Amino acid sequence: MDLLSFARGPALKVALAVFCAGVVWRIAAFALLRIRRDLNRPRNSLFKYLGAGLYTIGTRSWPHPEFIRRTGAGEALGYSYHMGLFVVVLLFAPHIAFLGSLFGITWPGLPNSVITVIAVISLTLFLAVLFRRVTSPVIRMLSNFDDYFSWFITMLVMVTGLAATAQIGARYSTLVAVHILSVDVLLLWFPFGKLMHAFYIFPSRAINGAILARKGAAS
Amino acid sequence: MSDVAVEGLPAQARVAGAMQGFSREIGALSAFRLESCIHCGICADACHYYVATEDPQYTPIWKVEPFKQAYKREASAFAPLFRLFGFKRAVSAEQLEHWQHLLFDSCNLCGRCSLICPMGIDVAALIEQARHAMFDAGLAPKELYDKAAHQRATGQPEASAEPYRDQLIAIGVRFDVRIPLDESDVDVMLCIPRTDIDHYPGAVAALARVMSHLGVSCTFRSDGLIAENYGYYAGGREWQRDISLRLIDTAIACKAKTLIVPECGHAYAALRWEAADLYGKPLPFKVLAVTEFLAQELGAGRLRLGNATTGPTTFQDPCQLSRTGGVTEAPRALMKAMGVDLQEMRNNGSFSYCCGGGGGVVDIERAAPLRYRTMEIKLREIDDTGANTFLTTCSDCRRTFDDAQRHFSWDKSPESLLELVAKNLIDAGAGR
Ligand code: SF4
Ligand code: SF4
Repeated sequence: MDLLSFARGPALKVALAVFCAGVVWRIAAFALLRIRRDLNRPRNSLFKYLGAGLYTIGTRSWPHPEFIRRTGAGEALGYSYHMGLFVVVLLFAPHIAFLGSLFGITWPGLPNSVITVIAVISLTLFLAVLFRRVTSPVIRMLSNFDDYFSWFITMLVMVTGLAATAQIGARYSTLVAVHILSVDVLLLWFPFGKLMHAFYIFPSRAINGAILARKGAAS
Repeated sequence: MSDVAVEGLPAQARVAGAMQGFSREIGALSAFRLESCIHCGICADACHYYVATEDPQYTPIWKVEPFKQAYKREASAFAPLFRLFGFKRAVSAEQLEHWQHLLFDSCNLCGRCSLICPMGIDVAALIEQARHAMFDAGLAPKELYDKAAHQRATGQPEASAEPYRDQLIAIGVRFDVRIPLDESDVDVMLCIPRTDIDHYPGAVAALARVMSHLGVSCTFRSDGLIAENYGYYAGGREWQRDISLRLIDTAIACKAKTLIVPECGHAYAALRWEAADLYGKPLPFKVLAVTEFLAQELGAGRLRLGNATTGPTTFQDPCQLSRTGGVTEAPRALMKAMGVDLQEMRNNGSFSYCCGGGGGVVDIERAAPLRYRTMEIKLREIDDTGANTFLTTCSDCRRTFDDAQRHFSWDKSPESLLELVAKNLIDAGAGR
């Protein structure tokens, strides 16, 4: 078996299995903890505060005007590289073909040149994110192995992907194999660290938002 | 260190017990909140302690770092791995002692950080929960612990020169208002912050005057009088419950349908948003903030108010009433009805900065220098409004600002919105 077959064959299968089982366990583990009922009378009706929770998913995507001056730039940086990543992952023709082979559906993509530009911009922003993490006293203090390793593995996926597209450094099939292997490692790591925020972000905004709205408080 | 030791246990054993208790009791919601943090640091920018000092240790989520560490080690999905590979060490007594400064001296439980987190995490709720473990570890600041212990035993946080019952009667005589006391079979039970009895008796008289004007069947009860809850501040969950129970039992005994919480932010939070959980079932009466009650009466046409001549006026939103309690519009409706020329601060309503004294901080002596430093943000915002009059609806806010007035030789002192309402009452039938 060559490296490419290994990367997208058994390695991917194992990685996906760990990813799925890990994600399910990470979420199921909450259910093993106590879920307290709030016995204090709500100010708003159930319908209203659940609606407000859903609304918070949208509103918390951008800082309230009171905070923009201090946090707008940092949030913009965070969102822009995320958006770049999504575009590259979901709209690059080879990715669509690969995902199609896994899930059986395909969709139109963007031209390769556009994707390459977006990927380079995202990579640059991602470097800026690391720079910020190590130079901001607050973020540096909060950061741990998880933050750096999750950054590193995502970066590895981006760099190997760009190298494969540009066919720099080795044979194309080897570059693709290394890229897929880096994705396998990312999937293996996913349930153990902060990458899980991809699953948490919307429920977290909605649940916390609904709890605040239950009291009639701002969210 | 002036802290309270849980007798008979060495510090490390106490801390280990408290952290295990924290992890065991954490609940799915708090665990989810801890897990959701992406270490972006954005919450720092909401907190006046960080904004004033730029010291990273005041980052809100950092204030629960040892608790996150304990939770990951003891109760998270991969806790056995964290223990096996030593990724998360057990929390040490020294570590937690340092965190006392972060959880008590430099946090007002004001909730501003809970509005900024892009993951939506209610950071302040986590900090409140961490305070419970600090209390269990014997690390509640002495001032809060002592007042909580005294209040739990006697019903009031400190001994008073005269019994509060007698003081209420004296206030009635001095302000020429009838103080309904120790009655039964009433619609409304009133409680009162001891800060008002001690420092702002006009607010006590105003409460009685407004109720009498509206013809509300109500009473103060000397067996359940004091609104503050030092158990809430100190983090003693059971003590908080016992202190709340005194009011709950009294309200039930006098058959009140409503308990009105006067101008006191944390008393409202403790009774309106936490008491039922501690009581174990929904309270058999409604809990209303006095401003909320008055705004309802205004809306129903039973309360009529004349024009107040306060000139340009600003308003301090008490965090536990407005931001975390949902009582933001009611005071504004009352001010509007009195024609108050309201000049809002740059950060107002739900986004207002804390006065700096909330969460029991005003009672912690060693916290004063840092408190003054953070308060400068607030005082500047108030000055920038150009207002001459400065209103609020919380006696702890008043106490904090009055202290700042002395400290900074500041030219303003907050006044009570309730007192302003009491001064501008018009007979419901007048002018019709
Ligand atoms: S609750 Fe208020 S004082 Fe405490 S950390 Fe959050 S913003 Fe700071
Ligand atoms: S803003 Fe939220 S996600 Fe970011 S560090 Fe603070 S608590 Fe964590």
